[in-house]
Amino acid sequence: MSPDPSNETKRAAHKAYWRANLRLMAWLLSIWFVVSYGCGILWVEALNTIRLGGFQLGFWFAQQGSIYVFVVLIFVYVWRMNKLDRQYDVDE
Amino acid sequence: MELQTWTYLIVGLSFALYIGIAIWSRVQTTRGFYVAGGGVSPLANGMATAADWMSAASFISMAGIISFSGRDGAYYLMGWTGGYVLLALLLAPYLRKFGQYTVPDFVGQRYYSSQARLVAVVCAIFVSFTYVAGQMRGVGVVFSRFLDVDIGVGVLIGMGIVFLYAVMGGMKGITYTQVAQYCVLIFAFLVPAIFISITMTGQVLPQVGFGSTVLDASGADTGVYLLDKLDGLHRELGFAAYTAGKKSTIDVFFITAALMVGTAGLPHVIIRFFTVPRVRDARLSAGYALLFIALLYTTAPAVAAFARTNLIETVHEQPYAEMPRWFQNWENTGLLAWMDKNGDGRIQYGPGSAFAKLPSQASLKLVKESGLGESGQPRFANPPGKGRNELHVDRDIMVLANPEIARLPNWVIALVAAGGLAAALSTAAGLLLVISASISHDLLKKVLMPGISEKQELLYARISAGVAVCIAGYFGINPPGFVAQVVAFAFGLAAASFFPAIVLGIFSKRMNRQGAVSGMVVGIAFTAAYIIYFKFVNPGANTADHWLFGISPEGIGALGMLLNFAVSLSVSRLTAPPPADVQALVETIRVPR
Repeated sequence: MSPDPSNETKRAAHKAYWRANLRLMAWLLSIWFVVSYGCGILWVEALNTIRLGGFQLGFWFAQQGSIYVFVVLIFVYVWRMNKLDRQYDVDE
Repeated sequence: MELQTWTYLIVGLSFALYIGIAIWSRVQTTRGFYVAGGGVSPLANGMATAADWMSAASFISMAGIISFSGRDGAYYLMGWTGGYVLLALLLAPYLRKFGQYTVPDFVGQRYYSSQARLVAVVCAIFVSFTYVAGQMRGVGVVFSRFLDVDIGVGVLIGMGIVFLYAVMGGMKGITYTQVAQYCVLIFAFLVPAIFISITMTGQVLPQVGFGSTVLDASGADTGVYLLDKLDGLHRELGFAAYTAGKKSTIDVFFITAALMVGTAGLPHVIIRFFTVPRVRDARLSAGYALLFIALLYTTAPAVAAFARTNLIETVHEQPYAEMPRWFQNWENTGLLAWMDKNGDGRIQYGPGSAFAKLPSQASLKLVKESGLGESGQPRFANPPGKGRNELHVDRDIMVLANPEIARLPNWVIALVAAGGLAAALSTAAGLLLVISASISHDLLKKVLMPGISEKQELLYARISAGVAVCIAGYFGINPPGFVAQVVAFAFGLAAASFFPAIVLGIFSKRMNRQGAVSGMVVGIAFTAAYIIYFKFVNPGANTADHWLFGISPEGIGALGMLLNFAVSLSVSRLTAPPPADVQALVETIRVPR
């Protein structure tokens, strides 16, 4: 990219940045949905047949696991977005 | 040292700290008052957001609620944490880039409409007042239980403290007191939890102890997992297993969704992200906030299981005369009561209620009578309830009495009082700022009196914060009976109004005023009508048979949100696209620079 991009290339770069952002979001939100609504609610009985130490797995996802995954998801988002910001030259 | 002395000392020290911060962080500009000058570090903002978010209910009541509802309690855990993922990915960075002071600001500007701004102002004020009354009440309750002060006096002291730092320091004062309050409350929550985990399972981390085997009184491993033991105790007593769900899957699904989306749409949480310098800081501080919240939220279900096991083992089939001292202490507060239905002098615990309400009462309230029963227990005017259960346990006791039940030193018990106060005060302050900014900025400056100077606006902001503190205090001293019912309202409304309007405002360039306003109106009207019908008009019909698709009023906000999305998208496609400058605004907020 040239140091002083014309408006047109800048717009195209912003579009590409936005698409990459949406792709990342779709991935992370799918995981968010699967661990909470999936493992913690919809499939909880099936997962409860599996044991994780003293926990039934479905119960663990509902009261512990989903929360851990949420935290990780946000930090992954932060890391990937900072990378995207630099890659598309839109960082502050 | 006596417990009372410890409590005065620790609570006094924490209050001195808050006042010190209030004096240090006075502000002179509206930008300082509304968004702390935009210079808060992501780490500090993460802590402040966590304290802002975790209310008296999270600190005092949540573990108890989970303790009594078992696995179903998970919808609070997932609902009140999962919303941060939505906040971080869908809202926080874009609203930070937008760079104004309030949520109605965004709604008003993005939808180029004073009407939309007014709808948002009314929702923000309603949601915040609903919430803040409960916080002030929480302050009063902690004072009365731990310091033997009248609830009203306790509320007045709490009002005085909040008044100081909210009116003088605005967002800046609130932010840095919230950082201090987070430290106090998390320490106060974790210390007893860790102690109890070590005593019961030998594990330092409650999150690990939760899934470990139980130790016996001598400290030897029994080889039985805590949760298996608890399930066994539950079956023995006639309860459903602790790890089994009792509510229908669809209801749990919708309640979780309403809480998640509601969390992401609550104005006092959203405005915290206006206080950091850059877009990347907004993302990072959402991560920190959830990390700090998760510390408490993953500990709470462990505390719930520990406390439940402890309670059942200590009381069930045991003679009343041999109860430990804490039992009597909490009997005195009315949170614990025993009725010897079968006259054997032993406590039987199980499903059903120990007491029934008096004919004159609308809801169960124990009325003490003079004199003592045969075993020396306090007597009550209330008739016995259904079932063979003889013990009345208030859910709040699970956190408040936990340190005593686990025989922890007095300073730990005093710490719990300071923690409860920190949780209530920090949330109250955040909500008061939303109310104040909605009035001085959105209503006065942007709609009614656009000509006022910055100095005047700041004065109005301080005045409205002061008035809001007084109204909140009034509701804290004279709680309207409907507070518990309207909490579902706060989340439902936030979910059905703000969340879709903001998300569509960022992610759909085509979304216009007509779409957003009609979506909000339909979402709010549907959600409000459903909740009002089942909570106020016809409470007798509030059962799964009468609910729409089996969704309870607590979960209906999620359906209201879907309706809002559907209406907004259809109406916007049938009407003219938004003006070019608004479309350009959407393009700018999508990129950090």
